[in-house]
Amino acid sequence: MDFGFCLSPSSHVKMDSIDLTTFNRLKETNPDVNTCIACGSCTATCTAGNFTEMSFRRLLLMLQRGKEDEAKKMIQRCMLCGKCTLVCPRGINIRKILLDITR
Amino acid sequence: MNQYIFHPFVLPFVLGMAFVLTYCLVGLFRIIGQLPKDDRKKFWRSLVTPKTAWANIRDLFGDCLFHVKIWKRNPILGYMHSAIAFGWFMIIVIGHVMLFTLKPLQDVDVHGFARTFTNFYYPIFYKHFAEETPVFAFLMDFFLIVIITGIFIAVVKKIYSGVVGVKRVTKFGFADNMIRFALWTIFPFRLIAEKTNIMAFWWLYSIDLMIFMCMLPFTRYMHIPTEALFILLRHAGLKPREPRKGYALAQIYSCPSCGLCIDACPMSVNDKNSGNTSAYFMKKLRNANDAEAKRIAETCMQCGKCVAVCPVSIESCDIKMSQREATPYIINSDHSYLENVESSSSVNSTVLYFAGCMTQLTPKIMRSMKKIMEAAGENYEFLDKDGGICCGRPMMLSGKKSEAQAMIEKNTELIKKSGAKKLVLSCPICYKVFKEEYKLEGIEIQHHTQYINELIKNGKLKVSKGDVNYVYHDPCELGRAFGVYDEPREVLENVGNLRKAKSEKELSICCGGSLGSFNLTQQERDEITANSVDDLMYNHPDEIVTACPLCLKTFSKKSPVQVKDIAEIVSEKI
Repeated sequence: MDFGFCLSPSSHVKMDSIDLTTFNRLKETNPDVNTCIACGSCTATCTAGNFTEMSFRRLLLMLQRGKEDEAKKMIQRCMLCGKCTLVCPRGINIRKILLDITR
Repeated sequence: MNQYIFHPFVLPFVLGMAFVLTYCLVGLFRIIGQLPKDDRKKFWRSLVTPKTAWANIRDLFGDCLFHVKIWKRNPILGYMHSAIAFGWFMIIVIGHVMLFTLKPLQDVDVHGFARTFTNFYYPIFYKHFAEETPVFAFLMDFFLIVIITGIFIAVVKKIYSGVVGVKRVTKFGFADNMIRFALWTIFPFRLIAEKTNIMAFWWLYSIDLMIFMCMLPFTRYMHIPTEALFILLRHAGLKPREPRKGYALAQIYSCPSCGLCIDACPMSVNDKNSGNTSAYFMKKLRNANDAEAKRIAETCMQCGKCVAVCPVSIESCDIKMSQREATPYIINSDHSYLENVESSSSVNSTVLYFAGCMTQLTPKIMRSMKKIMEAAGENYEFLDKDGGICCGRPMMLSGKKSEAQAMIEKNTELIKKSGAKKLVLSCPICYKVFKEEYKLEGIEIQHHTQYINELIKNGKLKVSKGDVNYVYHDPCELGRAFGVYDEPREVLENVGNLRKAKSEKELSICCGGSLGSFNLTQQERDEITANSVDDLMYNHPDEIVTACPLCLKTFSKKSPVQVKDIAEIVSEKI
């Protein structure tokens, strides 16, 4: 039935019951993920982001919130060009992190 | 004459020789058997093609016998290696020639197999069995002394490598150290045995030879027999497909672990990273240490300097790439969204300019190129004005060759649609992949250094000469990969004075920003950058000039003087 409006599903994340395997594995191999300040420089320069919703900042947030399926879908867009790594003010090796997530 | 009678001390040598020959024969069949079918066909064909056959002969003599490349790299090491290897070769040859000048076997009646068997060890121990002829005796003694001088240098190098101009040497395990000791003692033993004729020394000499030959297949000295095969395979134009099979295996066995790549590697600036150099990578592969080989392959910056200095021309970068390609990924890329991308550029221009991702981060290069092309009156168009598609090289560097295809195909489509006759690139990273992987028939691909040089030479672009002192940094993927050394230097000489860096052209040091490496941390990269900047500042230039947006960005952080792209310099001088 069409009421002319709809309710969006709740985006509430239950932090106690989410699956953080990927993020925890990532933290072990790449401790520098912890130093991200979510400034968004990576997103602003992203080559794939020009055509899609690819954003490393959001990707990291998704993994922190246990939204692995969404993260995996997003990471497929990446072209690995490495601009994000170059502009990162924290010197995070983003390209390595992106590769590590996919394997 | 009883001297001809068989003596058991020759047995260790004969055993060792039989072992090493069998091993090499089996290895030869194994390597050729492991080659993919089309590669094998290519290999057989290259053996009979006059051009490659000639190259084979030239390099077999030049590299295996006269060691030309080591002489070029470092004359002292060249002498050391030639003294031992060429000296030994000459002794064996002269020994065999001398066989004919000696009287045939007289008192003892030896025929058939026994005679062949005798001839096998005869030239090695002739002095125990017969009188030598004077001229040959002199030659033999001369080469023996030459070998011993070579060994003397080798011993000095072992104690203090700085004397021969080598900072870091490869660290060896037990087997490599032991065979080296065996090699060093073979010739003194031979000299003493010949001069004193004491039986004990003949035994020692023979046993030493056996140790050397029995250990040879398991140590770095395997490069002696394998290099010949490697030269033939290399000239056939093969590429390693798997990191430890076929062609790559021939390269692994051909690596002499000489360690020239250790000093050359930009990563060696940090001692901790000198273990990540090609010499160790080849060792890990040989020892089937896959985890370490994978780690080193992924740490390497792919600058290609180790390949440039390698006296055996081992293509370690290609093997590292095949190692990366062997790494499985769980999530594969999906670039289907590229299909709907439309070109923002209009059709009907003669020159198409593709800035590339890295140049998007350094817009001053784009602005300069625009100014230059306008000043030259060129009919140009920008392919990626508002951000284009990545060229695919970074994807390939990550070992995802097939996944780069989506980008390569889309870019090819966009470029062909534009109808341009010339494609100008600002980024050497793009330049490499466009040259190697793109199929752009009828379109000339140029890096902007070549393009600007052409404009100046044609008289289309007028520049004024200033009095600023420049030093030019050769980007790895432009210099070592394609030999574009002269064009940028010619351009710079037109606009100012060119000073030399300490290491130039094929020896130029990577800026440290390379996309090739996954593992290097920012600090490690900064150390490499600082070292590279020091090298460029050797002759106190006023400005550092480079031709790669990535080098520009990397150097700018660490340089005491201003860093500029060659396009910027030229656009200032219009």
